[in-house]
Amino acid sequence: MTLIKETDFGTPQSTAEKTVTITVDGFDVSVPEGTSVMRASMEAGIQVPKLCATDMVDAFGSCRLCLVEIEGRRGTPASCTTLVEEGMQVRTQTDRLKGLRRGVMELYISDHPLDCLTCAANGDCELQDMAGAVGLRDVRYGADAQNHFKMRDGGGEVNACWKPKDESNPYFTYDPAKCIVCSRCVRACEEVQGTFALTITGRGFDSRVTAGMSESFLDSECVSCGACVQACPTGTLQEKSVIDIGQPERSVVTTCAYCGVGCSFKAEMRGDELVRMVPYKDGKANRGHSCVKGRFAYGYAAHQDRILNPMVRESVDLPWREVSWDEALSFAANKMKGIQQQYGKESVGVITSSRCTNEETFLVQKLTRAVFENNNTDTCARVCHSPTGYGLGQTFGTSAGTQDFDSVEHSDVVLVIGANPTDGHPVFGSRLKKRLRQGAKLIVIDPRRTDLVKSPHIKASHHLALRPGTNVAIVTAMAHVIVTEGLFDEAFIRERCDMDEFQDYVEFVSDPANSPEAAELLTGVPAEEVRGAARLYARGGNGAIYYGLGVTEHSQGSTTVIGIANLAMLTGNIGKKGVGVNPLRGQNNVQGSCDMGSFPHELPGYRHVKNADARDIYEQIWGVTISDEPGLRIPNMLDAAVEGTFKGIYVQGEDILQSDPDTKHVAAGLAAMECVIVHDLFLNETANYAHVFLPGSTFLEKDGTFTNAERRINRVRKVMAPRNGYADWEVTQLLANAMGANWTYTHPSQIMEEIAATTPSFANVTYDLLEEQGSVQWPCNEEMPEGTPTMHLDGFVRGKGRFIRTDYVATDEKTGPRFPLLLTTGRILSQYNVGAQTRRTDNVVWHEEDVLEIHPHDAEVRGIKDGDWLKLMSRSGETSLRANVTDRVSTGVVYTTFHHPATQANVVTTDYSDWATNCPEYKVTAVQVSLSNGQTDWQEEYQEHAARSRRIEAAE
Amino acid sequence: MALQTQSQDIEKETAAIIDVHEHQEGPLLPILHDVQGKFGYVPEDALLKIADRLNLSRAEVHGTMSFYPDFRTEPAGRHVLKVCRAEACQSMGGEKLADDIQRDLGIKWHETTPDGKVTLEPVYCLGLCSCAPAAMMDGNLHGRLDEDAVLKLVEEVK
Repeated sequence: MTLIKETDFGTPQSTAEKTVTITVDGFDVSVPEGTSVMRASMEAGIQVPKLCATDMVDAFGSCRLCLVEIEGRRGTPASCTTLVEEGMQVRTQTDRLKGLRRGVMELYISDHPLDCLTCAANGDCELQDMAGAVGLRDVRYGADAQNHFKMRDGGGEVNACWKPKDESNPYFTYDPAKCIVCSRCVRACEEVQGTFALTITGRGFDSRVTAGMSESFLDSECVSCGACVQACPTGTLQEKSVIDIGQPERSVVTTCAYCGVGCSFKAEMRGDELVRMVPYKDGKANRGHSCVKGRFAYGYAAHQDRILNPMVRESVDLPWREVSWDEALSFAANKMKGIQQQYGKESVGVITSSRCTNEETFLVQKLTRAVFENNNTDTCARVCHSPTGYGLGQTFGTSAGTQDFDSVEHSDVVLVIGANPTDGHPVFGSRLKKRLRQGAKLIVIDPRRTDLVKSPHIKASHHLALRPGTNVAIVTAMAHVIVTEGLFDEAFIRERCDMDEFQDYVEFVSDPANSPEAAELLTGVPAEEVRGAARLYARGGNGAIYYGLGVTEHSQGSTTVIGIANLAMLTGNIGKKGVGVNPLRGQNNVQGSCDMGSFPHELPGYRHVKNADARDIYEQIWGVTISDEPGLRIPNMLDAAVEGTFKGIYVQGEDILQSDPDTKHVAAGLAAMECVIVHDLFLNETANYAHVFLPGSTFLEKDGTFTNAERRINRVRKVMAPRNGYADWEVTQLLANAMGANWTYTHPSQIMEEIAATTPSFANVTYDLLEEQGSVQWPCNEEMPEGTPTMHLDGFVRGKGRFIRTDYVATDEKTGPRFPLLLTTGRILSQYNVGAQTRRTDNVVWHEEDVLEIHPHDAEVRGIKDGDWLKLMSRSGETSLRANVTDRVSTGVVYTTFHHPATQANVVTTDYSDWATNCPEYKVTAVQVSLSNGQTDWQEEYQEHAARSRRIEAAE
Repeated sequence: MALQTQSQDIEKETAAIIDVHEHQEGPLLPILHDVQGKFGYVPEDALLKIADRLNLSRAEVHGTMSFYPDFRTEPAGRHVLKVCRAEACQSMGGEKLADDIQRDLGIKWHETTPDGKVTLEPVYCLGLCSCAPAAMMDGNLHGRLDEDAVLKLVEEVK
């Protein structure tokens, strides 16, 4: 293995279809029209020296190093800003050019410190490379002249041009002394990330890169995505980890384990130490971009809280006892076997993880189906995207997004519903914002004014700030407009959809009760806005819908998903690039965990357990009888536990106590069980009620695959040995074997072979194919041997698309005099989910506690000021947190995140859930807010209990 | 007077200026000019308001403004004296004149006299090379200056 360095072509690729042929130094090269001479030369294998150009951003033409000579043209044009023309004769290396380049380099170096040997970028510095490339041998301009890199001048006076390093960001340093003002960082921040946090202040010799209004990076708008650090050709913007450790020596391409975008990264290593994570340009989900979590927040893997040895205890009020793997596994196996003997086969179950690999998830559901011999398996998708599975399955025939992320580059109108991609799915958010800056229109349906509604250079054409819980009314009202104003695509519907159902739907949706005017009473959104949005979506060109948990986590989550599918079918926005219905998946492998049969009623590949043919495939291979009765869902498991019929659970990589609704009920369920096996990196909140703790491995320590929101199967590669001794799939196998199974997998590729052999949509997937293609999107089978970027191309997977009526039924969770406000929950950029990982990194500098967003009017009538301690009460429970008074939320709505266990926002949320899938209604809770002087009794008790449950007996 | 302007007034006045220019292409510079014309400098509150209304980042408006030395971040003295330091004036004794003025007023470039009356700024060519050395007091040009002539100018405005 060596260090992977992607070719930098200097300017972005042209998408033109016409090609142009030019000659570079006597070699012919054909490139698409609109390509720069610099890129064409690179395609021909000739690298023109350059500093300010890099192919992630547009050409700028400021460094004057990439000059070339072109026959028939005067002077020496910059090759980055000069576009190819047919028959052009380019020379990149002449005496004249050599002299000019040397002169330019000499000027650069005259204002740059010559401390290369002690510079962190030594070996990875383009300035150094270019000095070498142009043959710089001497700098005639004395360093006594005005400069930016000496703190003091010759006489000991302070140099007014010198500026100290900015080390405010926890992950990278900005050292202005080394800056050559090429503007690559400024352009990366603008063009790639779309935050516009950097600028050049001053002019001429005074020009400096600065963040915000000459603030520190941390105080500025910077979101720490790392694009500027990646773009910097010198050591000016440098990862602190590289400063600490030194340059890496090898890289391993792998997949980020945070959100559902599934970015490809190069894990750059020195020995078995991870030096840095750098986004991989050939990654098809992220195209070389990253966010603060994937790029920098990996420190949890080496955090001192990580548990590396198995532990057991007889009861949860005793301290933990560290034991050997053998003892822990036989302890767990005996308990589970005993429970099954005493209470029956159905008394135990598993919860698979959307954070673990496909192979691991497959094994965990195999554990319950083949070893426990029941269908009691569920996963955290239950609490996020299960309505997507149901809704899209019913209407289109597959429970997955229809596009790849590249598709957004072809969209003309983007409808974002209940999603906050700039925080939750930042890399997709950046790609979306790039398209919006090119002129695509945006409609946002969200109770909160997210950054997409308005941020620099981005403005939604329509923001439908609806009352939480009224998604169905809004979506149906939009369909009403499209149908009654005749904006639907009749040809598409006739060709691809079931006409009887369409006519039934038309009758339903045309009812004046479903008009925007009628919906206004429920949603609070002016009817004219809804009409405008519907017209824009229907007639604005390629219309794409992206939605998130704001759609699914409702009592009518499945209905909204169906409503969204109806909108796309009505307007013909399915089956080509730039359109589609795209769920933004919460976790890295939530798609995969659903694909792998984690649900109690479905075998891998979404085949119902009632389906005898599907059962037969597994019964043959596994040599067991598979129950045709669907098993228990998470909430049912907990109910059964409280009733005393469900006694044992194996939870891999999920913290149900913190992430599932109605914390007190979850705690009661766990407390009633006799054997709770937690398999995780940390003693999470669920582990407070566990009897066996099996240490887990991070994504850096194992092989496998993740499937992202675009159905893309991406390789996860082991870059270091598991610190706990075993990869998670090995631990599950050990547990299965301790229970009497005889599994003999020696590598995850063998598990993938089993998945491919038994699951039609994965039939062609092998590790060899993934190695060759980088990644593939399922379905990947004989029909589509290299995968499927866009689904439903010539017709819906299920045959004819189905329109289904979407009656609005108000949630039972209603506001009233005692609980007049509606609480909705969400994520912020720097933290991830329950925060188990990000809280154990320096990301806490951006978000050290959960706060409650409340509108100034609601705050004023309660006497609340920004930063006050508040008590947040619902019918389920109460907690306390600090106030953030802001008009991002409407009056009557409050908002918080659930990243910190001390807050436990889910103490407040109710146990209402989606009618079809039991997905909990996190997004609507009626609450009251009042001033408080600190934490609630419950929070104090909880913290005390957690501390007691986490005791570990001292080793003897 | 400008110094006492409250931040609410700044926001209100700035919003009115933005209303005038918002719809033209490239509105930022005309807005900055009018804001400086109104307040004598570009207050930070105004800059934030401009960024918000034009949908630009704080960094962008700051970067644009800092490119032009004429835009001030703080109020100037009552009167602004700009002394040319470009080549033609230098060749006619401009360097010495610049030193003399700084010594006489007791301030350096970009500073304001303690009584708040005069702010001294360098400028690079006023287009009055034929009458070098030249300076500009509150927008009015003066040529063929020497130390006494400048002091007289200062006395007049004081």
